[in-house]
Amino acid sequence: MNPRPAKRHNVLPGFGLSLGYTLFYLCLIVLIPLSAAFIRTASLSWEQFWGIVSTPRVVASYQLTFGASLIGAGINAVFGLIVAWVLVRYSFPGKRLLDAMVDLPFALPTAVAGIALTGLYAQNGWIGALLAPYGIKVAFTQLGIIVALTFIGLPFVVRTVQPVIEDLERELEEAAASLGATRWQTFMNVILPVILPALLTGFALALARAIGEYGSVVFIAGNIPMQTEITPLLIITKLEQYDYVGATALAVVMLVISFCMLLVINLLQWWANRRAGRES
Amino acid sequence: MTLKSIRTLFAATALSLAALAPGLHAQTTLLNVSYDVAREYYKDYNPVFAAYWKKKTGETVTINQSHAGSTPQARAVADGLEADVVTMNQATDVQMLADRKLVVADWDKRFPNGAAPNYSTMIFLVRKGNPKGIKDWNDLVKPGVQVVIPNPKTAGNGRYTYLAAWGYALKKNNGSEVQAREFAKALFKNVPVLDTGGRGATTTFAQRNIGDALVTFENEVYLIQKELGADKVEIVYPSVSIRADNPVAVVERTVEKKKSRKQAQAYLEYLWSPEAQEIAARYYYRPAVASVAKKYASQFKPVGLFTVDEVFGGWEKANKAHFVDGGSFDQIYQK
Repeated sequence: MNPRPAKRHNVLPGFGLSLGYTLFYLCLIVLIPLSAAFIRTASLSWEQFWGIVSTPRVVASYQLTFGASLIGAGINAVFGLIVAWVLVRYSFPGKRLLDAMVDLPFALPTAVAGIALTGLYAQNGWIGALLAPYGIKVAFTQLGIIVALTFIGLPFVVRTVQPVIEDLERELEEAAASLGATRWQTFMNVILPVILPALLTGFALALARAIGEYGSVVFIAGNIPMQTEITPLLIITKLEQYDYVGATALAVVMLVISFCMLLVINLLQWWANRRAGRES
Repeated sequence: MTLKSIRTLFAATALSLAALAPGLHAQTTLLNVSYDVAREYYKDYNPVFAAYWKKKTGETVTINQSHAGSTPQARAVADGLEADVVTMNQATDVQMLADRKLVVADWDKRFPNGAAPNYSTMIFLVRKGNPKGIKDWNDLVKPGVQVVIPNPKTAGNGRYTYLAAWGYALKKNNGSEVQAREFAKALFKNVPVLDTGGRGATTTFAQRNIGDALVTFENEVYLIQKELGADKVEIVYPSVSIRADNPVAVVERTVEKKKSRKQAQAYLEYLWSPEAQEIAARYYYRPAVASVAKKYASQFKPVGLFTVDEVFGGWEKANKAHFVDGGSFDQIYQK
């Protein structure tokens, strides 16, 4: 029988101090502002709160915000993965330039993105004019919102997946191929399990960003109630009428839904991590 | 850096600060927190006031401007932005500050004309040649006509437009609320895009080429026409419209703290001087002072103007009936 292993020591000292610091920092930056929102809504009775957050117009905006964000993040997960793959695995002239361009949606003020996209996709814009003969309208429809949310979410997926692809061992792919696996099997059984956790992280980040997006969407959305009105706009609308409590009530609902979604994604990620760990 | 050189630096700094100090004494800085499109007007007015004040008192006054949507600006002041004066485009925003005791309760009696040195009204801008034949409000509700109006819930000019259309419908239908409601509904059925601000609506109409008509402030309409050229758009005056006063007020909290009451009061009072009134007129704001208004009469077409107080019994009532959640505007979009 082995002797009991000695108490494990961390390489770096000061666990207690750093944990304390982490908690303090999270409280200061995240928890306190968020709890302020909850406290403000506490002045409402449950019926009042429910009355504010469940009107048809508000419910339509939740569906749009979360639906469009999910679609946008989904598109980014697929195409962001391809972009990351191409940037890592192939070399071609202008690759560095392309790589730098991926970050642009990060840096661009969102209002600029919104105005530029609206200019492109409006009926008289470059792309909008091409689509118009086919009866496809992008600007001032729900489709336009998805375009904007896809645009702002792209870097999140690419930048989280890229390092993982760089670390992939090509030998594994070659081994799979020499053992007779088809390309599809190699992708599904060898590559995907390894990059899935990172892909989920990227998806979650893109989703979170899209849910909170305001600046670019209001320009391209058209903002018609019941059709193209996102929840952040309704929050601003309430603030414009000095309805602070109503605005925070909506914010609380968004926070709770976002938190639940992110929690589910984190659990999925944890599961994917364990599975990848067990298989390798 | 040696200790000695640090000491020298400190001494030098202290000396130069001391040298600056008397200059600082005779100088006052005022912050004018204002709405979005008044930027150019106040940029012209500020040096005029500074020169007048220098001549009168020998004191140098520097004026800083801050511009954004009228309501967010009022909210910023309520939350602590140190404005000496507020110059807004709707009474509601000043009233909110009065409710919070940042502005005196009877602010609209502290200056002439209900504390509004100038005003505007809502008129139409249409495409060249007016292909849809838009002459008055009832042409905007016809099927097939597209009208660009900013969201009344977020933009002051959206709110004025809504009330103007409502007031027109009341006049046409002997004061029938039911008819007015139908009219507003038909009007907003023709609105393809509800921008959050006045400038956004301008962009939608002018740059995106959306809509047959844009309804916005008279001063904004002339600005757009100047920008786009008279060969692209035409200005249409409806038979009646609403009077949109631009109220001003001194912010008590700040002037108490900064001891700048005298200057702030003078800054606003001087808005009624012929000089300031003429600057306003040059930017297509209708001057409140009759003599200047007369001089520029040819520039401003006569329109039958009604006020929010006359037709709606004041802003508070108008907001309650139309713009709060579940008000008449929300009902338009509810099935």
